[in-house]
Amino acid sequence: MKRPAFRPIVLTVNGARTAVRVPPMKRLLDVLREDCSLTGTKEGCGEGECGACTVILDGRAVNACLIPIGQAAGARVTTIEGLKGRHRLQAAFANLGGAQCGICTPGMILAAVALGPRPTLAQVRTGLAGNICRCTGYEGIYRAIAAARTARSRKAAASSQKLDARSRTSAEGRKQPKSRLPAEAPRAKAGVPSPESRPSTVLGAALSVSKGRVPPLDRARGGPERVEGPKAPSRSRS
Amino acid sequence: MRTALSPLTLRQPRSLAHALRLLRDEGPLTPLAGCTDVFVGLNFGTLGDRRFLNLWPLDQLRGIERRAGVLRIGALTTYTEIIASAVVGRHLPMLVAASREIGAVQVQNRGTLGGNIANGSPAGDTLPVLAAAEALVELRSADWTRKVPFTAFYTGYRVSVRRSDELVTAIEFPEVAGAQWFRKVGTRAAQSISKVVMAGVRAARPRIALGSVAPTVVRVPRTEEALAAGATIAEAQAILQEEIHPIDDIRSTASYRRRVAANLLAQFWNGSD
Repeated sequence: MKRPAFRPIVLTVNGARTAVRVPPMKRLLDVLREDCSLTGTKEGCGEGECGACTVILDGRAVNACLIPIGQAAGARVTTIEGLKGRHRLQAAFANLGGAQCGICTPGMILAAVALGPRPTLAQVRTGLAGNICRCTGYEGIYRAIAAARTARSRKAAASSQKLDARSRTSAEGRKQPKSRLPAEAPRAKAGVPSPESRPSTVLGAALSVSKGRVPPLDRARGGPERVEGPKAPSRSRS
Repeated sequence: MRTALSPLTLRQPRSLAHALRLLRDEGPLTPLAGCTDVFVGLNFGTLGDRRFLNLWPLDQLRGIERRAGVLRIGALTTYTEIIASAVVGRHLPMLVAASREIGAVQVQNRGTLGGNIANGSPAGDTLPVLAAAEALVELRSADWTRKVPFTAFYTGYRVSVRRSDELVTAIEFPEVAGAQWFRKVGTRAAQSISKVVMAGVRAARPRIALGSVAPTVVRVPRTEEALAAGATIAEAQAILQEEIHPIDDIRSTASYRRRVAANLLAQFWNGSD
């Protein structure tokens, strides 16, 4: 069978001009993963419900599973790889139990990035209502975002942030070395937050092998900011 | 994706006029706005459409303006843009309320008012608002423009008076007098499809519209008349039950929907939140 020739579709991915020759109805999610080798963007439900595939398109959080690449021509796309493992939210998620199994984490972080540098808790709840997490109960996620917000205001803390390249929250592109799980939990590492916020799974432990330092605010400030459970924004009242 | 990709085509019109010519001369084409529902069908192999028309770049279909008491919203205006609009918030707050309830931020950033109308789901969250506000739907083809009352737009389950060579290009809302009210009842706050959704305007002549209780969004004129004539809420609730036709489906049951619709009517009319 003759292979149809597809016109190149040009878009900007993580700052780099990228041309792909793919069917125009191929999902942005699949183009990122299969044609751009950017596998940090995850597929969860494939129907716009779970938010695992969230990327930032022209400044706004969108579900990459719902966008045909033909609608992204000329657009600017930021994926988790675009944060280069250096964004303060990545360090905060890794250090404060914002990530456990990791599937929702890239989308969760990008949805948080789209909220700007200083979202209120209400804005975080609304902004992340489309990102579903089966592990954390959301409290660690909200805590991480609150910490990153505070970290920004503390320049000293922000300047020392640096994530290990192996972090699951950073790029998983093919140029990355394969991650290895650490032999032991990172408890001995300095700067690991309090037991309540420490990741409890093995993969979560891998996340914490970050050399980054988001200050353990829950200690420094006398306890974590009180966040309630996974209640989505006050919407349905019935 | 369970649908093979290669046979799917996406036409890229240069302008609205070009899009309308393509629809007339090279149809049938399925117009794509924010595409938030199309991929659900494609991913699961339930949508048979193969030829699509990309409307997303047509900026002339975007925008919100108010002139001579008429609020006009371009069909490609997203829910995020509606939520952020001060003029919509002032004159049609129930549309802002409905837009906030749709999906979550990611869907609000892509989903459009015109798409909600053209898609025609009886559960569409903005549709009761359009029915209660007595909006007009502007339909344009390569050869004409016409305006259809929203309450006459649907003729059956996901069937409307829109011809295959027409696009929904704008929605016009006359000034709405009275207090506006909107409520969606779903399984959870975000990301749910409604079990019952209702919009109402409290005025001497009340207007009440419900979604997810019939094959299309419905106005309930006999219930409205009863309330206007001073009926008790119990009497109005009884009449409402004759005007809605909910079914059992994956999201809810007919009996639950009837109960909730009656409760919402009472909440609306008693002015409680």
